[in-house]
Amino acid sequence: MTSIRVLPKGGRGVPVEVNLDTKLGALLLPSPVLTASGCAASGKELSQFVDLTTIGAVVTKSIMMSPRSGRATPRMAETPSGMLNSIGLQGPGIDEFLEHDIPWLASKGVRTMVSIAGNDVEEFGRLAARVKRAGDSVVALEVNISCPNVANRGLVFACQPHSAAEVISIVRRNVGGAFPIFAKLSPDVTDIVEIAKACVDAGATGLSLINTLLGMVINTETLKPALAGVTGGLSGPAIRPVAVRAVWQVHAALPHIPLIGMGGILTGEDAFEFILAGASAIAIGTANFHDPSALTRIQNELSVILAERGFSALQDAIGFAHRKE
Amino acid sequence: MNFQPLQVEGELLSNKRVGAYHLITIVVPGIPERIRPGNFVALSVGGESTSTLLRRSFSVYQAQERGLYGGTLELVIAAHGAGTRWLAALAPHQMINVVGPLGRPFPLPKDPVHALLVGGGYGSAPLFMLADALRQRGCRVDMALGAASADRLFGTLEARRVTNALSIATDDGSLGVQGRVTDAARSILQRSNIDVIYACGPMPMLSALTTLGGEFDVMVQCAVEESMACGIGICMTCVLPVRGSDGVVRMSRSCVDGPVFAGDRVLWESIGSVPEETLGAPKLSEH
Repeated sequence: MTSIRVLPKGGRGVPVEVNLDTKLGALLLPSPVLTASGCAASGKELSQFVDLTTIGAVVTKSIMMSPRSGRATPRMAETPSGMLNSIGLQGPGIDEFLEHDIPWLASKGVRTMVSIAGNDVEEFGRLAARVKRAGDSVVALEVNISCPNVANRGLVFACQPHSAAEVISIVRRNVGGAFPIFAKLSPDVTDIVEIAKACVDAGATGLSLINTLLGMVINTETLKPALAGVTGGLSGPAIRPVAVRAVWQVHAALPHIPLIGMGGILTGEDAFEFILAGASAIAIGTANFHDPSALTRIQNELSVILAERGFSALQDAIGFAHRKE
Repeated sequence: MNFQPLQVEGELLSNKRVGAYHLITIVVPGIPERIRPGNFVALSVGGESTSTLLRRSFSVYQAQERGLYGGTLELVIAAHGAGTRWLAALAPHQMINVVGPLGRPFPLPKDPVHALLVGGGYGSAPLFMLADALRQRGCRVDMALGAASADRLFGTLEARRVTNALSIATDDGSLGVQGRVTDAARSILQRSNIDVIYACGPMPMLSALTTLGGEFDVMVQCAVEESMACGIGICMTCVLPVRGSDGVVRMSRSCVDGPVFAGDRVLWESIGSVPEETLGAPKLSEH
């Protein structure tokens, strides 16, 4: 258990101990602060700025079976309070990932949640089985069924309850038991609660909310789409209200299911908003690009605001905004 | 060797207009002494409640380990977007968050060779520290600077101080010879025995210089200018196709694998696409 001693704003009064422990199913983490998949690579680069053993866990960039080049450039366009990206799941493939990235994370003692992405249902299953065997440093799986940067929109499994459930079922079957599995969902659906329920029924421990929103920017100088991939995923504070809404709706429908909230968290106050909406953990994505020390800063700011609002334990604040008075 | 980057809150010391550019000096303790020629820094822009979240990366023009106010960095800004306009409008004492040093610096020769340094526009910025470092090693340094017009050249006076010979080319002939900097580089290669070329500037210039280096059998070290969101290796936006020492083409990050690449390793013609031979390139059936 990690407690952080916090001196409330103004410096008056007694320092308060805030317990940041959180539970994601059977998984206990000393902090709710995670990296968001795709915004921290496999941790090594950020470790120059943040002691990754002090945060809850590193969620890796989504890993696929084979190496993948990703899309052509331009891959990025800045947007108001956010950015559009079209990386296209660039990565080394599972073999190199298990050979290099996982041993590095394990040697540093970093709790790791591995994000997996398959081209089809079976690939998700094979990836899950291999990651599960990768050792104790892997504490959970995040199943990326919602990456918007794929050629075939029909392959965004999280757009349909039955295709989402199909992926989660095979992943659950292949990792067995109580191993934590989080399904990462897209907000680009009519009813996110319906998809969330389908995933939970299929064996998901919890849900990661939300992936980026599909967006587009047109370059007014070249008179063409700004991204080589035409469309991309929108992230950053611009999407925060959408993400808070998704967490709120899913927590209201599934109050006992752990949620990882993400979408434009830049400060501890932003993180607190997600906790109040019902998230048991929060993930930091675009903020890492803006401020490579964001993970540590946000964790400290979250402790301060919890203390200021009279919470001595993070657990007590989860879903607090849903209370009826 | 590379130093681990620091994140430091810097303070603007001065902001001067230089031709079409702004030369800003930032007091930023800890970073200047770690800078090697070719390293860059990533700045946050827009202040505390900014809506422009992505960092802007700049190669370092000068790094002073100690001055009257502490260590300083000098950077050259071309104001052409929201972030760079904010930087160009900075007033003394304003704070700027700086991450650096970043990227691989220019590799320096062990022997006192004859080097040609080629800069396009404000891409010349990192070449002056490089020229100093080369001259300290006993190298002879020629420099060729080019731009569309005289106001878009950067550092011509400083260039006279740090080089043995300087050529200038502008597209409109407003300074130096009229023409491309690559033509100036060609005449230098024809009349001198150049051992290595170092270059920084737009991709087409780097591509042309790599071809030129091939003609004369001279290695070209290129610092690329690719747009980046983070500068530290996590966003995967600043990639370009590069052939590794194992012969395999990968989409390499210009922030951590570069910004300096051996020119003959970069697939210049393929920038903006994913060449078919790239590791993990999409199969045709997927499109």
